[in-house]
Amino acid sequence: MGAHHHGPARGITRWLFTTNHKDIGTMYLWFSFAMFILGGAFAMIIRAELFQPGMQLVEPGFFNQMTTLHGLVMVFGAIMPSFVGLANWLIPMMIGAPDMALPRMNNWSFWILPPGFLMLASTLFMEGGAPAFGWTFYAPLSTTYAAPSVTFFIFAIHVLGMSSIMGSINIIATVMNMRAPGMSYMKLPLFVWTWLITAFLLVAVMPVLAGAVTMMLMDIHFGTSFFSAAGGGDPVLFQHIFWFFGHPEVYIIILPAFGVVSQIIPAFSRKPLFGYASMVYATASIAFLSFIVWAHHMYTVGMPVAGELYFMYATMLIAVPTGVKVFNWISTMWRGALSFETPMLFSIGFLVLFTIGGFTGLMLSIAPADFQYHDTYFVVAHFHYVMVAGAVFSMTAAVYFWLPKWTGRMYNETMGKVHFWISFVGFNITFFPQHFVGLAGMPRRVPDYALQFADFNMMSSIGAFVYGASQILFLYNVIATIVAGEKVSDEKVWDGAEGLEWTVPTPAPYHTFEVPPKVGAAPAHG
Amino acid sequence: MLCKKIMVFAGILLSSLPWVAQAQNQVNMSPGVTEIGAEIYDLHMLIMIICVIIGLLVFGVMFYSIIYHRKSRGVVPSQFHESTKVEIAWTAVPFFILVAMAVPATSTLLEVYDNDEAELDILITGYQWKWRYEYLDAAGEPVAFFSNLATSQEEIYNTESKGENYLLEVDEPLVIPVDTKVRFLITANDVIHSWWVPEISVKRDAIPGFINEAWSKVTEEGIYRGQCTELCGAYHGFMPVVVHAVSREEFDGWMAAKRAEQASDLAAASVEMSLEALMSEGEAVYNGQCMACHGASGEGGVGKAIAGSSIALGDVNTHMDVSIRGVSGTAMQAFGTQLSDIEMAAVITYQRNAFGNNTGDIVQPADVASYKQG
Repeated sequence: MGAHHHGPARGITRWLFTTNHKDIGTMYLWFSFAMFILGGAFAMIIRAELFQPGMQLVEPGFFNQMTTLHGLVMVFGAIMPSFVGLANWLIPMMIGAPDMALPRMNNWSFWILPPGFLMLASTLFMEGGAPAFGWTFYAPLSTTYAAPSVTFFIFAIHVLGMSSIMGSINIIATVMNMRAPGMSYMKLPLFVWTWLITAFLLVAVMPVLAGAVTMMLMDIHFGTSFFSAAGGGDPVLFQHIFWFFGHPEVYIIILPAFGVVSQIIPAFSRKPLFGYASMVYATASIAFLSFIVWAHHMYTVGMPVAGELYFMYATMLIAVPTGVKVFNWISTMWRGALSFETPMLFSIGFLVLFTIGGFTGLMLSIAPADFQYHDTYFVVAHFHYVMVAGAVFSMTAAVYFWLPKWTGRMYNETMGKVHFWISFVGFNITFFPQHFVGLAGMPRRVPDYALQFADFNMMSSIGAFVYGASQILFLYNVIATIVAGEKVSDEKVWDGAEGLEWTVPTPAPYHTFEVPPKVGAAPAHG
Repeated sequence: MLCKKIMVFAGILLSSLPWVAQAQNQVNMSPGVTEIGAEIYDLHMLIMIICVIIGLLVFGVMFYSIIYHRKSRGVVPSQFHESTKVEIAWTAVPFFILVAMAVPATSTLLEVYDNDEAELDILITGYQWKWRYEYLDAAGEPVAFFSNLATSQEEIYNTESKGENYLLEVDEPLVIPVDTKVRFLITANDVIHSWWVPEISVKRDAIPGFINEAWSKVTEEGIYRGQCTELCGAYHGFMPVVVHAVSREEFDGWMAAKRAEQASDLAAASVEMSLEALMSEGEAVYNGQCMACHGASGEGGVGKAIAGSSIALGDVNTHMDVSIRGVSGTAMQAFGTQLSDIEMAAVITYQRNAFGNNTGDIVQPADVASYKQG
C-alpha cells in the first residue's frame, strides 16, 4: 500500500476543511437526521392541532407555516441530503475509487446547506411569519399575498439548489471517471446506477426550480408580472414550471431508495438480484417518463381535454417500469434463503408500503377520478406512502445495513427490530386512515375539519406520535452503536452481502482503494 | 416468530374494524347525485379492485417466500437471476391492463368535458375566504350574492359546542334546480381557490385571470356540502360550499324572491339611516367580513389594527377609498363590489365609532354611492 496513509485532521477543522468522502458523507447523514427531527417536530404540531376538531393550539396562519416548512424541510433537508450522504460514503467504495472526483466541491456543496436551512428556519421569527403557502408555493399566494419572509425563502431555495447541483455533478464525474479497472457500467451496483440517473435528473431540474423562484423574486420586487394575471401574466404558468421540476423531484427522492433496496434484498435473500439489466432499464425509463408527466398534478386547472388525455396516458405508463421493479425484488426473494435482520425488515416494509403507494398513484393518474381525489387527504396518504414508507424506510434500512461497516460496531438487533415494528405500525395507523377521510371529502392543508372526520384524524394523530417517538429509539440505537456497540471485524459483515465495499476492512479506514482493486468477470453487484 | 408477529398485527387491524364500520366514518368515495358522479365512482372502484387483486397476488407470492424460503428452515438458496420470458410477460401484461383501464377513463373524461347546451350559467368567484355566485341567465338585473362561512368563532375556538354541520354551513347557499344542466364558470378575485362539492362531482380551480368551465346535472333534491380545495391563505379551511338542489318551481320562486329583495335593498340605500341602525348593521358586517384579519376588537392580525388607526380616525374619504378599492399588492381586498352601499356605509361608521374610535362620524349609504361614482 502507499506510504501516504494518514488519518483525519484534529478538532473542528477536520470537519470544516475536510475533502474526505467519508467525513462529508457522515456530515450529510447527521445533518439530514437533524432536519428529519426538525421536520418531524413540525409534523407533530400539525397532528396535535388536528387531534380534534376546532382550533386548540395554533392559529390557522401558523398552521400553514407548519405544513409549508414540514414539506420543505423533509424534502430538501431530510430526504435529499440523506441520500447524498449515502452516495458520498458508498459510491467511491462501491466502484473502487479512492474518493469523489471533485473533493473540494464536495466540501462546499455540504457546507452551504446549513446556512441555507438557517435562512429558511429564521423566517419563523420574522414579522409576518414564515412562508405559509405550502411546499408547492403556488403563485400568486406566494408572491403578491406572501409575507415579506418569502424573499429569504427564495434565496434559501437557491442555496439548496446550488448544493444539489454541485453534489450531482460530483456524482456524475465520479461514476464516469473513477471506476476501478474492469468495473464496466453493467457491473455497477444498482445503488450506483440509480444515483447516476438521479444525478442527471437533479442537474436537469434544479435550474428550473431556480428559474421559478427567480421569477417570483422579480414579481415581488422588480415589478414584473410573470405570474400575475392583472399584469398580463399567468398563474398557471407557475404550476407548469414548478411541476416540471416537481415531478422529476419525486423520482430524485425515490430512485436512490430503489437502489438501496436492490442492494439489501439480495444480501438477505443470499441470492443474486433478479433481472439486473431490466432494473437498470426500468430506472432509466422511469427517469425519462418523469419529464413528460408533470401536469398530472394539475388536472383541475382547466387544461384542454387533449392535454388531460395525454398526461393521463403518459402517467399510467409509469406503472409498467415500476411494476417491473417490484416483480424483480420479489423474484429475488423467491427461493432464496431469507433472514430478517433489521435492514431486511425495513426493505420488506418498503416493498409492501411503497407498492400500496404505487397503487394509489395509479388511481390518482386516472384524470376523471382525480377530480374527486385531487388536493384531499387521499393525496396526502399517497405521497406519504411513497415518501416515508418509500424513501425514509429505505434510508433507515441503509443506515442499519452499512452502519457496522462504517463504525466497526454492530447495532442492537433487538432494538432495531422493535424500531421497525413500531415504525411500521405507527406509520400505517397514521396514514392508512387518511385514505378514508380523503375519499370522504376532507381537503388537505386545513387546520380544522368537519365532525365526520374526527375519529380517523384522532387515530392518525396517535399513529403520528407513535411513529415520531420511534425515531428517538433509532437515534439512541445509532449513538449506542457508535459509542459502545459490539465490535465486528469481518470484512463481510453480512454473509450474503456482495460488492467492493465489503472487501475493505471493517471499520472502513479513512482512505480506501488508494490502489484500485481488480474487478473480475463475476458481477460485482449481488 | 414472524408468523406470530403478523398475527398480532392482523389482530390490531381487525380490532379497529368496528370503529371503521361506524356510520359517520365514511371510508369511500360517494357516488353522489349525478350520472357522471356514479360513473366516476364506478371507475374508482374498478381501478381500486384491479389494484387490490394485483396486490394480493404480488404480496401472496412475497409472503409465501417469506414463510417457506427462510434460512432458518435450512433451505439452500437458488442462484437463478434472470428469465427473459418472465420479464417480457410482466412488462406486457401490465401494459394491457393499463389499456383496459384507459378505455373507461377516457370516455368518462370526455363526458366531464362536455360543457355544451347548459340550461343555466352561474359565475362562481373565489375570494379570500368566501364565494360569490352570480346567475348569468336571469333576465333583467343579474342575481348575485356572497356566501360566507356561518359557523361561529365560538364553535371554532371551542367555547360553544359544535353544530352538526360544523365548518360546512354558509349564510347563503347556492341554489340550483334539479334535472337541469347547470354550467359553472369559475374564477377568482385574488389567489387560486378550488370549488369542490363531492356529491355533485365538480372540482375545478378558481384562478384569477382565467374562467374555467364545469357542469353538473343533479338528479336528487337535497343539500350538498363541499369546501375550497386549493390552499388560499390562512382561512383556507373556512370557506365551505353549500348547494341546495331544489325543484324547478321552487327554484323559480326563490329567484323571484331574490330579485325582489335586491330591488328593495336598492331602494333602502337612498334612505338616511340612524347611527344606531348603522352601528348594529356595521357590527354584523364587521364580524362577517373584517374580523378574520383585523381582530375581534380591531386589534389587527393579518390586517392592520383598526382601533386607533390613522385611517379610521382620519379623513373619511381615505377610509372609504381603502374599504371600497382595497390596497393593491396587499391582502386588503376591494370590498366595493362585495358589500352593498348600506353594508359599506354601516361598516365604515362602525369602524369609526367602535373599539374606542369615538369620532362620531356617520357615513350614509348615499355617501358611499356618490363616492363610488366619482
